[in-house]
Amino acid sequence: MRERNAVISRMANRQSLLAAPLILYLLVFYAYPVLSMLQRGIYKDGWTLSVFGALLQNATFWKVMQITGTISLIVTVCSLLLAYPVAFFLSRRSKATANLLVILVLIPFWTSILVRTYAWMVLLGRRGIINDSLTGIGLLAHPVQLLNTRFAVCVAMVHVLLPFMILPIYATLKSLDWRLVRAAEGLGARPFAAFWQVLLPLSLPGISAGCVLVFTLSIGFYITPALVGGPSDVMISILIGNEVNILDWPQAAAMSLVLLAIVLVVFAGFTRLLGVEKIFQGQR
Amino acid sequence: MAYPWRILFYGFVTLIFFYLLFPILVVIPLSFSSGKYLTFPPPGFSLQWYGNFFSRTAWTGAAWLSIWVGCAVTALSTLLGTPAAIGLVRGNFAGKKLANALILSPVIAPGIIVAIGFYFAYAKYGLVGHPIALVLGHTALAVPFVVINVSSALYGVDRRLEYAALNLGASPWATFWQVTLPLIRPGIFAGAVFAFITSFDELLVALFLSGSTAVTLPRRMWEQIRFDIDPTLASVSTLLITATTCLMISAELFRRRSERLRTAPIVE
Repeated sequence: MRERNAVISRMANRQSLLAAPLILYLLVFYAYPVLSMLQRGIYKDGWTLSVFGALLQNATFWKVMQITGTISLIVTVCSLLLAYPVAFFLSRRSKATANLLVILVLIPFWTSILVRTYAWMVLLGRRGIINDSLTGIGLLAHPVQLLNTRFAVCVAMVHVLLPFMILPIYATLKSLDWRLVRAAEGLGARPFAAFWQVLLPLSLPGISAGCVLVFTLSIGFYITPALVGGPSDVMISILIGNEVNILDWPQAAAMSLVLLAIVLVVFAGFTRLLGVEKIFQGQR
Repeated sequence: MAYPWRILFYGFVTLIFFYLLFPILVVIPLSFSSGKYLTFPPPGFSLQWYGNFFSRTAWTGAAWLSIWVGCAVTALSTLLGTPAAIGLVRGNFAGKKLANALILSPVIAPGIIVAIGFYFAYAKYGLVGHPIALVLGHTALAVPFVVINVSSALYGVDRRLEYAALNLGASPWATFWQVTLPLIRPGIFAGAVFAFITSFDELLVALFLSGSTAVTLPRRMWEQIRFDIDPTLASVSTLLITATTCLMISAELFRRRSERLRTAPIVE
């Protein structure tokens, strides 16, 4: 027995080496590029915080951070409000129906963000489908500005991110012990109380996983706000991209560090609470 | 739930599904429009916008480049990701958690940071505008999906099957090829499909690494969208929706097959 364990442990040691090529690849072609770029924000002939000093004085940066935070919060809350009913609905279906409906959620999930954003431009444009049909049936006298507004950004971003909220909540609800909910009802809890006091607390792991995913993905959004947003919907990623286009690497790197720090803090707080594997539960 | 509430709830859920699917479905009829502009409903049926797409080298060249890069990324990330998943699941080494975090981080890190990082480093070596730069960058983004899928397939393999093969005198190598690999193959295929889609749809890295000489399909679409949202884009979008839906469904079938091949007891 001991000999067999020794063989297995020797094999495990040898198999560890199989991870080496990928780790090496990622260090050279991914970690080194990103870290050396980030370094420009805090290093200039020696470690310095001067770039950050300038960044904190930068009114545009603060304004954009505020816009980014507002949009991300709106998107997270709206996604949660739309995703929970869908996840609840899916979890109460038979396995075959649920599997089919999950594919309906996955199709938009895997459709290119560019295609989905284009579709929203077609729908929301001044001569777009929504304006055309509303003026056509006489609800509107003149087309209204829908595209290039905060509204368009939120509608399109929620559309892109909704599956990231639905899937983790669905995974939690699916593996839930529903007898607890029935017990609450059997003991006389009204449907709302059973939901609020039993079901909701039990679904918190899925809810928080979904919220963390949607929020951290939102604050890094680039394509959708750039295409359907207006001049007052510039998000931090767009600002970073603009800094790179004028080759102001130190500014771009400092802003990237701030963005990365926020993502890491949100993630770290979450994994402290629930463990990292929960994030990927039910995803893709 | 009481009856009227149930109706209200079902109505609400139907509306959300409509919201998820309608924007994707609406593009399809528009792509067959005989009109000159994006009017809905289309005035008549025509394939002119598809003709436009297939007759312009600016479009077909971009499509071929995306397919080429996607295939290279799929091959590279499968070759790197499959052994890595075995090492991470079966191996035991210090820093395993850190290695996991490194491999999964491209999924979580904001796209713009990764994209400009590539641009910053690859530009120094004159790689911007070369398809190789896209392959190298996209592989980092695609490889987590291979590792996630192969790992979950590996967790489903009953180790006793492998021990039995070893006990009966098979070499570790033969055990892998004849016992482990057939069991995890659907997981590898699913990971490969996800890797291809990841590269094929990727825009942000392409925005910075394409230059003017390695224009991928998403990059070409981006330029067109900012110029004019004409119906050619609707036909490209329809082709992409069809392609990704087929690929996605095949990946999902692989994933389900992988679950059926599960031999290990489920440990909660």
